[in-house]
Amino acid sequence: MANIVQFENVGLRYGTGAETLSDVSFTLASSGFYFVTGNSGAGKTSLLRLLYLAQRPTRGLIRMFDEDVVTLPRKRLPGFRRRIGVVFQDFRLVPHLSAYDNVALPLRVAGMPEVDIDEPVREMLAWVGLMDRADALPATLSGGEQQRVAIARAVINRPDMLVADEPTGNVDPVMAERLLHLFEALHRLGTTLVVATHDIALINSVPSAHIMRIEAGRLDDPSGALRHPPKRADH
Amino acid sequence: MLDQGKATRAMIWIMAIMVFLTVLAAALGLSTTRATQTLDRDLAGRLTVQVVEGNAARRDDQVARILTGVRRVPGVGAASEVDRAQLAELVRPWLGDAGLDPELPMPAMIDVDLADGADSRVAAIELVVRGIAPGARVDRHVAWLAPVRDFLALLGWLAGGLVLLMLVATGAVVLLSAKSGLDTHRDTIDVLHMLGSTDPQLSRLFQRRIGADTLMGGAIGATAGIAVVALLQVQVATLGSGVTQGASLATTDWILLAAIPIGYAIVAMVAARIAVGGQLRKTL
Repeated sequence: MANIVQFENVGLRYGTGAETLSDVSFTLASSGFYFVTGNSGAGKTSLLRLLYLAQRPTRGLIRMFDEDVVTLPRKRLPGFRRRIGVVFQDFRLVPHLSAYDNVALPLRVAGMPEVDIDEPVREMLAWVGLMDRADALPATLSGGEQQRVAIARAVINRPDMLVADEPTGNVDPVMAERLLHLFEALHRLGTTLVVATHDIALINSVPSAHIMRIEAGRLDDPSGALRHPPKRADH
Repeated sequence: MLDQGKATRAMIWIMAIMVFLTVLAAALGLSTTRATQTLDRDLAGRLTVQVVEGNAARRDDQVARILTGVRRVPGVGAASEVDRAQLAELVRPWLGDAGLDPELPMPAMIDVDLADGADSRVAAIELVVRGIAPGARVDRHVAWLAPVRDFLALLGWLAGGLVLLMLVATGAVVLLSAKSGLDTHRDTIDVLHMLGSTDPQLSRLFQRRIGADTLMGGAIGATAGIAVVALLQVQVATLGSGVTQGASLATTDWILLAAIPIGYAIVAMVAARIAVGGQLRKTL
C-alpha cells in the first residue's frame, strides 16, 4: 500500500512556548485505519490540525498525497483540503444553515451543480438517521444529532482521508456502533481513517487498526509499526 | 452561506444616506457645470460699446459710424444700438422719469454679437471704435460676469470634491464593514476554509452581499435624491433667471444621477474584495 501521509521529525510550537509536538515521525498508508490516543493535552488535536492542514509545523517535513505540504503555496491548500474530511470535536456546524445545507456544504464548495446535490445529501442524511431533521437548524438538534450531521458533512464527498476528533464523544452506544460501521465502510472504499479517541471499546472493535499513542507531544511508537506499516503493535 | 443579520439592514440604510448625499452633490456639480457652460456660450461672443459724448448730435453721429464700421469687421454677427427707452428703463430706479429726457446726456450703448470671443476680433472692434470715438468703451460681457462664472466653477469643483469624498467614505465604510463581517462570520469562514473553500469563493460571498446591499440602499438613496433634485429644478424653472435657467439638468445628467448606485455598488464590491482578500491572506 502506498503512503498518503508522511511526517518526518515534525515539531510544532505555538508562539514562544515549549513544543506541543516534538520529533513526530510516522507514515499513514492509503486505506489504513488509525486511532490516535493519548491523555488530554498530549497533542492529539495539534496532530490532527496538522493532518487537516489547519496548521503548518514549526519544523520537519510533512508530505501528503505525494506533495510537500509544508512549503505548498497557500492557494493550493484548498485542493488538498477537499481530499480530507474532518469531524471536529465541537462539530463546527454552521449555525444558520439547516442540517441539509450543512451536509451539502462540501459539495457546494467543490462547485457541484445544485441539481446533483440533493440526492447524495438526502442519502447521507438517511444514512446517519437524520432524514426527518433535514430542515432543522443545529441549535435545535441534540449533541448526538449534531455530531451525526458533522460526520455526514465530513464524508459526503468521499474524502481520501477522514480525520475525526472524538467522533463518538457525544453519541449513545447504538449510534457509536453505527458510526463505526460507517467508518469501516469508508475504510473498505479506500478512505484512510485517522480517529482521535479515548474510547477503548471503539479501538478494540477495529482489530486491524493501528494505534498512535501521543504522550507529551511525542509519538509513542516503540515498535516502529507506524513508520513501517502495516503491522499493528499490541497494546 | 453567510448569516443575514441586522448588520445587513444597517448597511442598506448607510448606503442609502451616502448615495442620497452623493446625488445631491453630483446634481449641484452638474447644474453648476451646465450654468457655467451656458454663461460661456452666451457671453463669450458678446460685448457692449459705450459711447460717452455730451453732445447728442455728435454722439448719434459716432454711433452711426461705429455701427457701420463694426458691421464690416469679419466675425460680427450683429450690431445694434440699445433703444434709448430701454436705457431709460434701466436707469429709472435711480433717475425716475428724468431718464426719458432727451436732453439728458446719457451714453449710447451698442450691443455687438460676435461669432466667438477671440481676442483678435475684439481687438479689431476696439480699433474701429477708438478710431471714431476715442472716449468710447468696449466692454466684454465675459469680463463683467467673470466673478459669477468663477463662483459657479468653484461650486462645480466643490461638488465634484464632495462626490469624490463620498466615494472614498463609502469605500472606507465597506472596508470596515467587510472586516467586521469577517470577524462576525469567523467560525463559518473557518469551516468553509477547512472544507476547501478558496479565497475567491469566500470573497465572492462578501462581494455579492455588499454589492446587493449597496444596490438596494443606493436605489433608495438615489430615488430620494433625484426626487429632491427634480423638485429644486421645478423651483429654479419658476425663477426665470438666465443664469438659473442655464443650470437645468440635461437628460444625460439625469441618467448619470440614476447610475450613481451602480457606481457605488462597483466601488463597494471592489473594496469588499480588497478587504476580505487581505484578511484571508493572513490566515492559512
